[in-house]
Amino acid sequence: MSVKQAQARHSRPRAQRAGAGSQRRRRSVWKSIKDSRMLLVMCAPAILFFLVFNYGPLPGVWIAFTNFNYHDGIFGSPFVGFKNFDFLIKSGQLWTLTRNTVLFNLAFIVLGNVLQIAIAIMFNEVRLKFFKKVTQSVMFLPYFISVVLVGVIAFNLLNYDTGALNALIKATGGDPIKIYSMAGAWPLIIILVHLWQSTGYGSIVYFAAIMGIDKGLFEAAAIDGASAWQRIRYVILPSLKPTFIILLLFSLGGIMHGNFGLFWNLIGNNASLFSTTDIIETSVYRMVMSQNNFTTSTAVGLYQSLFGFAIVMIANWTVRKMNKDYALF
Amino acid sequence: MHSSETPLISATETLTVPGKKRRWASNQARPVKSAKSDLVLRFVSYVFITLFALFCLLPFVLIVSASLSSESEIMRSGFGLLPKDFSFTAYEYIFKAPRQIIGSYVVTVVMTVTGTAVGLVVIAMTGFALFRQDFPFRNHISFFIYFTTLFSAGLAPTFLWVSNTLGLRGSYLAVWLPLLMTPWLIILMKNFMRTVPFEIVESGKIDGAGDFRIFWQLTLPMMKPALATVGLFLALGYWNEWYLSSLYLGSTVEFKPLQYYLYNIINTANALRNSVAGSNVSITDLPSNTLKMASAVVATGPILLLYPWVQKYFVSGITVGAVKG
Repeated sequence: MSVKQAQARHSRPRAQRAGAGSQRRRRSVWKSIKDSRMLLVMCAPAILFFLVFNYGPLPGVWIAFTNFNYHDGIFGSPFVGFKNFDFLIKSGQLWTLTRNTVLFNLAFIVLGNVLQIAIAIMFNEVRLKFFKKVTQSVMFLPYFISVVLVGVIAFNLLNYDTGALNALIKATGGDPIKIYSMAGAWPLIIILVHLWQSTGYGSIVYFAAIMGIDKGLFEAAAIDGASAWQRIRYVILPSLKPTFIILLLFSLGGIMHGNFGLFWNLIGNNASLFSTTDIIETSVYRMVMSQNNFTTSTAVGLYQSLFGFAIVMIANWTVRKMNKDYALF
Repeated sequence: MHSSETPLISATETLTVPGKKRRWASNQARPVKSAKSDLVLRFVSYVFITLFALFCLLPFVLIVSASLSSESEIMRSGFGLLPKDFSFTAYEYIFKAPRQIIGSYVVTVVMTVTGTAVGLVVIAMTGFALFRQDFPFRNHISFFIYFTTLFSAGLAPTFLWVSNTLGLRGSYLAVWLPLLMTPWLIILMKNFMRTVPFEIVESGKIDGAGDFRIFWQLTLPMMKPALATVGLFLALGYWNEWYLSSLYLGSTVEFKPLQYYLYNIINTANALRNSVAGSNVSITDLPSNTLKMASAVVATGPILLLYPWVQKYFVSGITVGAVKG
């Protein structure tokens, strides 16, 4: 609002202003649309995009409360209330999927952050530029490739007949193992693959945060005779706290959402591994693609979205209470 | 966040011998000699980083070595770190009947180039508008975009919506369109825009330039690193795409995007045979193990060759993107 407008408003008689209030507000909205019409036009493609691809499917969650069939469509199919959810809860399926999804994510968050921070601190100790450059490049590489290739790598390493691991076992005189039917081994394998793929990428954020620490702090610590451990404990780790909290909040917000591509390319349709590895995403994908089951899959999806939404809100609210600067919104 | 000369630093400066140059280049100055714990930490760091880098690299070595091995030797003794009985047979199979792989390459390259170009323009325009503090609707639109990351319809309704309501099943558009932008890339672009001084916009306004002209002629030329970074993530999204293809393309198209093509070769025996169709071999005679690995190398190769040149934009994307928007 320009100075002139503001002056004009104050000079007008009070009664007249009250009467014309709503009309003027409407006019001012209209005016700001007119003033910023070019910026609105520039946003229009993105708005249209999210409207079509993200908001468009939203009414479809109604399927979760129906006995959906193609012929009657989403809103013509018979309404069944919470029957689809009842089935999911009673069969225990919802609990298994939630447990797997959340536990995998917790393992990823805890181990991932520990490893990323450790590697960032170690990178800060490295003085050889060439060494740093080469090792960092190598560590990002796994993040760069498609998950399909990750599946190929797992096949190369772990398959029964020709896998590199079994080749090694056989070469040392042992008996080959059927890894693709050992449900107990896969949580460990999936966690290792996840760390393999994301640690280099994640450590960069922490490394950048360490580089941003005031050099004076390091010098002061050195003068005071701090050991390497004390330097890490009292200088580096406290400085990483804001970064850590923001990243933690991000990942906690997504705790109900699994990395579909990774799980699908490692496990796929291998039912003997589902008890320990089936997460919400893979289960929903199977229901839709191979069973044409839209009702249960929509119910699971809706449960996931609502629960995930609540968790983001709670996490954000908690952080906001602690320190407003750390909150996401 | 570079520190200026704080009193602390000047105090240490007086401790060092005058006239002697500082040897330490990085952010850890050493006015006193290194303690034993420093040396231990440094030693551990070099060892651990070397080991972890090897851990990251080895799988790639495995794949390349396997693709250069002979099938009979792999069947006998399994995959290993070095090529066994060095042979190009698998690659010969692929390039004897290259129709499928060339078709997939063309589809993927066209999608990547056009998708990245269109996506970049749209993301840059949106990022510019949301960066403008004088844009009265920036908070509404930001929320409208951000909300999609908080709540989504889920796979089943989205699948029905895209394939039936939009009617995109079996069309490359079902893959190309959804990859054009993500909320995260728009926020990333907006964060990058913050490096542009707002005075540039103001001076443009005073000189009578329209909003689009300020964007196109004043802001965009300063945004080259941002465009490179966002473009890289877009291109990577298109190149590595297999998921939307599996949902909406299936086997309806002759030429599948490259990674989905690879996905099929790995997971179905038929796809493996079709990939070398025309060479008239039965499935049992195919060198299936080495062929899978060679296909993986061919499908991944170009992106790895580009990697050294694009890596720095990748890093800037990670660090700028981590700042909340």
